[in-house]
Amino acid sequence: MTQVNINVHYVTRVEGHGNLVLNAKDGKIEKLMWEVPESPRLFEAMLVGRHFDDVHHIASRICGICSIAHTTASIQATEAAFGVKLSEQTILLRKLLYHAEMLESHVLHTIMLAAPDFLGVESVIPLASTHKDVVVLALRMKKLAYKLAEALAERKTHPLSCVVGGFAKLPDPAKLSALKKELLDAYKDMDVVVGLFKTLKIPDFVRDTEYIALQDAKEYAFINGMIASSDAPAVKIDDYLKVTNEFVVPQSTAKYTRNKRDAYQVGALARFNLNSKLLSPKAKKAAKELGLTAPNHNPYMITVAQVVELWHVLEDSVNIIDRLLEKGIKDEPLNVKPKAGRGVGAVEAPRGILFHDYTYDANGIVTKANCIIPTNQNHNNIQKDLEFIVPKILNKSDAEITLLMEMLVRAYDPCISCSTHALQVEIKR
Amino acid sequence: MKPKVAFFDFTSCEGCQLDVLNLTGEELLDLLNAVEIVNFREAISRRDDDYDIAFIEGSVTREAEIPRLQKIRAQAKILVALGACACIGGVNALKNNLKMDEALKMVYGNDAKQFDTIPARPINAVVPVDFYIRGCPVQTGEVVKVIKALLLGRKPEIPNYPVCTECKMAGNICVYELGKTCLGPVTRAGCSAICVSGGRHCWGCRGLVDEPNINSQKDILEKYGLSAERIIDKFKIYNTYTEVQK
Repeated sequence: MTQVNINVHYVTRVEGHGNLVLNAKDGKIEKLMWEVPESPRLFEAMLVGRHFDDVHHIASRICGICSIAHTTASIQATEAAFGVKLSEQTILLRKLLYHAEMLESHVLHTIMLAAPDFLGVESVIPLASTHKDVVVLALRMKKLAYKLAEALAERKTHPLSCVVGGFAKLPDPAKLSALKKELLDAYKDMDVVVGLFKTLKIPDFVRDTEYIALQDAKEYAFINGMIASSDAPAVKIDDYLKVTNEFVVPQSTAKYTRNKRDAYQVGALARFNLNSKLLSPKAKKAAKELGLTAPNHNPYMITVAQVVELWHVLEDSVNIIDRLLEKGIKDEPLNVKPKAGRGVGAVEAPRGILFHDYTYDANGIVTKANCIIPTNQNHNNIQKDLEFIVPKILNKSDAEITLLMEMLVRAYDPCISCSTHALQVEIKR
Repeated sequence: MKPKVAFFDFTSCEGCQLDVLNLTGEELLDLLNAVEIVNFREAISRRDDDYDIAFIEGSVTREAEIPRLQKIRAQAKILVALGACACIGGVNALKNNLKMDEALKMVYGNDAKQFDTIPARPINAVVPVDFYIRGCPVQTGEVVKVIKALLLGRKPEIPNYPVCTECKMAGNICVYELGKTCLGPVTRAGCSAICVSGGRHCWGCRGLVDEPNINSQKDILEKYGLSAERIIDKFKIYNTYTEVQK
């Protein structure tokens, strides 16, 4: 009789806490569970009663790694509720700030958190001696992302200057000009990153699922557009509840979601599958070189889709800076008047679509709030992936099974600190 | 032998750990030369329970976190609170203003009963803390300064004067002159008044100075014809726990 008992208590190299449990006996799986035991932080309840000027400041603290995504979704929900019109300059600055977070988060995830698995080491630290050039360039690109965010919003983690209606402080054009040069210099680094990922052996598991992401007719959408699905026509962001259909499960403090099938996936691969035609030229070229074509149904390719998006973010940031400098950055008054009503903000956080939904009274005080984070939308799909993959790998050693399970969860780049959190693997057999 | 350092996260957004990971290449490599990191769940797979210095991010908001924190305290020679959630409770303590069962129901509906949650507390409400690195998020410069001081066996110097002092040095126009409220006059400095420099105001994330001049804060409000209500509302964002203790 053979027994497999794997219990990974707290999967490492992810944000937040999550556990993986696998119990198998004589080749039969008795228990296979992705558990999310994070503390409920109750942000939605804490936002009730707060003044709109404090709301995005608090909402940013839902997550330190995607604080720009939460801040942006929060600001846009408030703007939608108040009917605020934005200038082209504000939209450009907001997109550029958004790219800073996408750049930092994707570099952190692809090179520092996910790549060690492919290279057979426990973390990025040993890579500092074996792949020093890659680690140095990752730190350089992260630093560049921080500098970009600092030029626009004083800091990256919990940004300051982006507010409801626009920017409380405008960036120095000379700084943007200098950053454009650094972004162009980073093109060389991207060639190295793509080169590295070309050599990595990505586990090959194909499981078709529903893919959901923001979609816009004109651009590869991160902070605008409608909610698109691989299985159904796009819907307005105000109708997000028709897509998310949340439900509570016993193994998690996080709420699960489903739409047209029993689960759906959000994140870089969903965005790529739905919007790849709108990627920048170098991003398209990188996708081709990395063997990524839409639609792709291998969850381990999420990390590769992030590498492709890195190219898009670099090229689009350069374009945005060109446009800002050509127009000249002008002081614009913030024109915000509170109004009673509801507003929804939807953005693509690095790890997938994120919704903030607020109802305000006439004084600009929140009376109701709801946030649905991308990782929670992926939990259910991760569970379905595990149920598909694990039976195919049960003949492998505990160490190999654990690694493949952990790599799967890590591919989703889970950010479980968001309001509730996830990773711990338990195998019993 | 290099001192062994561990990082642990409790209830938080994990932004402070992330900013530690964002030390510039040189600082990070210097740090790795000086200490051995044995436990840092967000960044490495290694999990070693033999360490000298423990950094704790986050507040205590679940019963299960109390024995976990006590175990870390028993092992660590030096315990450092990292960030506002660990030092003063931070935004997590906002929920202490709510009736917990109602708040749970608001967020999770009728399935709420399955969750273990208690009012948020800073870590010094559970175990003794040796040093504090304040702010939401922490300043990476201050993290380096504190680690260097610990390695040299010195007490790290953290300012105990209000943010206004640094704000003036940063050349900012006083927020009150712009007709808005600000917690700078009573909040502990060390942040270079970054929020005001970014076009905003001080939110009090570093906690109060040891002897806050509350009368002077009242005088300022009176001078500018502002109500205390809105400033108390702002104060609660990071300092609900402190306020409730009084």
